Amino acid sequence: MSMTIAEKILSEKSGCEARSGRIVICNISWAIAQDGTGPLAIRRLQEAGLAKVFDPKRVIFFIDHAAPSPRKELSNAHLQIRSFAKETGARVSDIQEGVCHQRMVEEFVSPGDLLIGADSHTCTSGALGAFSTGMGSTDVAIGMALGKVWLKVPPTIRIEVRGDFRPGVYAKDLILSVIGQLTADGATYKALEFGGPTISAMSMSDRFTLCNMAVEAGAKTGLIATDEITREYLVKQGRGEQFREIAPDPDAEYEQVLTIQAEEIEPMIALPHTVDNVQPVQKVAGTKIQQVFIGTCTNGRLEDLEIAARILDGQQVAPNVRLIITPASRAIYLKAIQQGIIEKLIRAGAVVTATGCGPCVGIHQGILGDGEVCLSTQNRNFLGRMGNPEGSIYLSSPATAAYSALKGEIADPREIMK
Amino acid sequence: MILEGRAKKFGDNISTDLIAPGRLFHLRNNLPELAKHLLEDAEPNFSEKIQKGDFIVAGRNFGLGSSREHAPAIIKIAGIGAVLAQSVARIFFRNAINIGLPVFECDTSQIEAEDHLRINVLQGTVENLTKGISLPFHPLPQIMVDILNDGGLMPHIQKYGGFNL
Repeated sequence: MSMTIAEKILSEKSGCEARSGRIVICNISWAIAQDGTGPLAIRRLQEAGLAKVFDPKRVIFFIDHAAPSPRKELSNAHLQIRSFAKETGARVSDIQEGVCHQRMVEEFVSPGDLLIGADSHTCTSGALGAFSTGMGSTDVAIGMALGKVWLKVPPTIRIEVRGDFRPGVYAKDLILSVIGQLTADGATYKALEFGGPTISAMSMSDRFTLCNMAVEAGAKTGLIATDEITREYLVKQGRGEQFREIAPDPDAEYEQVLTIQAEEIEPMIALPHTVDNVQPVQKVAGTKIQQVFIGTCTNGRLEDLEIAARILDGQQVAPNVRLIITPASRAIYLKAIQQGIIEKLIRAGAVVTATGCGPCVGIHQGILGDGEVCLSTQNRNFLGRMGNPEGSIYLSSPATAAYSALKGEIADPREIMK
Repeated sequence: MILEGRAKKFGDNISTDLIAPGRLFHLRNNLPELAKHLLEDAEPNFSEKIQKGDFIVAGRNFGLGSSREHAPAIIKIAGIGAVLAQSVARIFFRNAINIGLPVFECDTSQIEAEDHLRINVLQGTVENLTKGISLPFHPLPQIMVDILNDGGLMPHIQKYGGFNL
């Protein structure tokens, strides 16, 4: 019987033929939570008298959303996490380490794994050929204690991409375009599987960006088959032996196949206040902005900072714009320093913050003022997302964000990337 | 199970950022306090207008976005008896059932604000008593009915010492 990637991994993890639509109980490889959802997961376990973890190495708490803590209530939530981890042996990735999804792909997830995380962007790890999905504190708490989860095997939408991107167009433009086409609930309960020659030629950094945003179309996970690029990435991370071939069968059944020509994609932007409100950047060029944010689990990787530095090198951010840069992990931050990227960004007028989720979740480090407009490389632009329902958020690639920061208004990066 | 209450109406794409705003992140360990801010960015002072047993009645894709279980948790704490929506986002749906908040997908365009509703969970109908019409809803999958009947996923696990689904 031929299967999609989702069906293959869930069959292996449940020990039965996991056809789309079937409900299965699976053994998980990892259960993770962050400082916004972890304390509730811990409380659920303590209240139920289940304060244990199935495998201390495979249960990880990330302190990334409010890192370092801006308030005593959050400092106390952090204490609660550290104390539970000490009691049970679970791991803690503390304030200096970075965003959970970036950390998972750097150090932990291998192809074929099943990861559940109390954070909706857990789907990022799907780019390594792992079934990874976001859930709430209760599901993840039970996963932490028992090492199991129940799942309905999702049908799959195949996103088949062919051809080459034109200069100034990136993976972020592709995924915004896909979400615009599918809409914010077009893939609800389903898996997105990205493939085709364009995806095969794509860096891991770009693949993470694609899978990260699968949930913005409602999807349960985003998945990409493994290949030589996956292997090279794992080797570079010192985990080459964890490589495994994960691929759909050639005649796997898809609910829908969406074929996209990369040449036809322009720089895209999501307008306030939904992620599927997508237009070509040119349509809103000239819109004044007060803040630009480059970072997050979507686009805070070394390659993203590099693109921004290339555009900003030797120039100055527009006078009325604040440019905030947040590397997605300590490893990325360090490399960006070693490669001179951070210096270029700071000289151009950027403020570079500690690694973490930063302003994206509206907790600290860049909350918008009333009536302000922010252009961000993050994955969500919901009303109030960046801490103020009187502010507006647009979403774009790092290139569009950096070039717009120079111009002081939304601008198409193709003007300088011919 | 029969539930009865008034409709509190909301539109499409009500995100978890609207239900439980990120700027109140520090209140997540104090759910009764966070519940006072329920949906306030969509409707000011909403929590004060709720009578116990009222229903949230929304459009498409209710609860999209973040995985924060605090969102359904404060809906329940605020006194809402169930959520009815045209469609519900995946993580929110699971979270709601896990904590024992009933959620049903039905044609909510036939319901107006303050309409008096009666939900018959077993029959799978919402009676709009104000309008005198009956609306069928998609029955919950058996696995979710079992979890709801046990009072949520954690009580289910406690009862059986693991999954009994």
